[in-house]
Amino acid sequence: MSEPVLSVRDLRVAFPTRRRTLIAVDGVSFDIAAGEVLGVVGESGAGKSLTGAAIIGLLEPPGRIVGGEVRLGGQRIDDLAPEEMRKVRGKRIGMVFQDPLTSLNPLYRVGDQIVETIRTHARITEGKARERAITLLQEAGIQGARARIDSYPHEFSGGMRQRVVLALALCAEPDLLIADEPTTALDVSIQAQIIQLLKRLCRERGTAVMLITHDMGVIAETADRVAVMYAGRIAEIGPVRDVVQHPHHPYTKGLMGAIPTLGPQGERLVQIPGAMPRLDAIPKGCAFHPRCAYAFDRCRAERPEPMPAGPSMAACWLVAAGAAANAAPSAAAGSARARR
Amino acid sequence: MMPRSLVEAQNLTRVFDVSKPWLSRLIEREPKAYLKAVTNVSFSVGRRETVALVGESGSGKSTVARMTVGLLSPTAGTVSIDGIDMWAPASASERQKLRRRLQMIFQDPFASLNPRWRVDRIVADPIKAFGLAKDGAEIRHRVGELLTLVGLDPADGGKYPHEFSGGQRQRICIARALSSNPEFLVCDEPTSALDVSVQAQILNLMRDLQDRLGLSYLFISHNLAVVRHMAARIGVMYLGRIVEMAPSAELFAAPRHPYTRLLLDALPDLGMTGRPRRPIEGEIPNPIAPPPGCAFHPRCPWAFEPCCLDVPALIDSGASGRAAACHAVEAGRI
Repeated sequence: MSEPVLSVRDLRVAFPTRRRTLIAVDGVSFDIAAGEVLGVVGESGAGKSLTGAAIIGLLEPPGRIVGGEVRLGGQRIDDLAPEEMRKVRGKRIGMVFQDPLTSLNPLYRVGDQIVETIRTHARITEGKARERAITLLQEAGIQGARARIDSYPHEFSGGMRQRVVLALALCAEPDLLIADEPTTALDVSIQAQIIQLLKRLCRERGTAVMLITHDMGVIAETADRVAVMYAGRIAEIGPVRDVVQHPHHPYTKGLMGAIPTLGPQGERLVQIPGAMPRLDAIPKGCAFHPRCAYAFDRCRAERPEPMPAGPSMAACWLVAAGAAANAAPSAAAGSARARR
Repeated sequence: MMPRSLVEAQNLTRVFDVSKPWLSRLIEREPKAYLKAVTNVSFSVGRRETVALVGESGSGKSTVARMTVGLLSPTAGTVSIDGIDMWAPASASERQKLRRRLQMIFQDPFASLNPRWRVDRIVADPIKAFGLAKDGAEIRHRVGELLTLVGLDPADGGKYPHEFSGGQRQRICIARALSSNPEFLVCDEPTSALDVSVQAQILNLMRDLQDRLGLSYLFISHNLAVVRHMAARIGVMYLGRIVEMAPSAELFAAPRHPYTRLLLDALPDLGMTGRPRRPIEGEIPNPIAPPPGCAFHPRCPWAFEPCCLDVPALIDSGASGRAAACHAVEAGRI
């Protein structure tokens, strides 16, 4: 494989507060290749959206990057001046957020917003930019794009707005698209439309995608690889099929078991006791150990780094102990699925 | 024949007046505008049974929930609990008695708890309102019992809601709902605001409570997998009507109505079976001006002539308690 589009190494994001500095993202590393979709999944507070915001340079102060590096096509972008970063953003990295209404300016016609973005990043005439905007909207599945280009955002429905946002994010042909919960605000039937559109548009252009979501179903459907985040760290990262079907980290296992499925009814859902720790109370050692059924002494003392586990990487001492791969899954299924 | 169901809803209809103010209507010469949120919805919930209503936004499922607990009066139709018509009770005291027997759990545990009340006061409120305890000591004892029942510590009663996480707050909401010893709970998207691992905790708790206390649930959700996990019977709603009603297993094994079929096809596939995912074309129409005939026909690949003309009736098919409202199913085309 050639050089990855995005390469993140040991990224750390901190929020200084009056009493102490809170580490919200702690040593996150991953690569995304051209045309690849990396899903980043986790529950609220896992640090997945902050990772995305840090990459694109949109951390809300006082949050800032305190360590590691982010490279886009080999070039470091985490230490760029704000003015330089602004040129990267939009031109080389596109963004899609959860709520399409907040990412569009309600006072401008959608066409004007797309034309403005195109002309910010490329030197073409207004007429040509407008033609390109119409083509983009058509590709994004908006019927009668020529007639609708002069509509305001409020005249579109939720799904249509997200199509416009997608067109806007891709209008400068970025190398990387960061989509933060792009379908969370949408109904199931519309969600499927938007996901297919996202996949198709990015495949055609060879755009690398970082898809941030809490919905494992969306990841299983869309991503090539998936990173599972817990308390600011990557718990497990690997090819989506392996992580979904043969998870190694106990947190991933619990998470997969907790999702109600369409399979036979009657079984209890796997329950992970407790909740994600708060940033000011992240336990020593492995952050997951107080909730983990398999925790042993080493988990309480030492923090595990991601280590190879089959085709994936998992940050878990069980993997190092070699016990997880075979013994644990059956034990997990047995004890957790038993009715009371 | 089955014993009488606990809750019986007959032909519930609710119309909202969404007209502009009188003067604007006069100047712009517009007629009054009405939104039919719910049309002719009937269902029953048996004792110890969970019945779910599932649908996308705008399908009217929350309006049905509110009418069922009596927070919203139906424009037409009736709701009866144990044979007593909720909207025509003989006296105020009878209505009060009826109210004790049903409670509601809301979607957002951050908005449904008074932030300035301590938890024990929140949970004790229904006990006081219905006069279910003799004195303070008995109330305190009962509150402690309820908090233990939902997996909290009785000592948590002295805290304020902001000291709890989302999942714990939903447990408080459940404790409050249970404090009047209800028989029937209406749960309107009780886990939609929660993370998956916390959602699993709450769903398991709700099923345990049902077994222990013999509760009946009307479960409202947009999440088909959650509904599949919880309910014995499921009603699928589209634009204010139930389009299909069936036992859970049969609905998922062999959906009949085209909307149900497409909805199941559109679900993300966690099993990664490689099943092609077919999105439904188009979007939910505007409920103020719904399409004529079957409201789903503009998006339906099986639509034929009658679909654009008549609204299909919900027709029972055979013994298994299945019903679908579709001309194509009726005509045997699907």
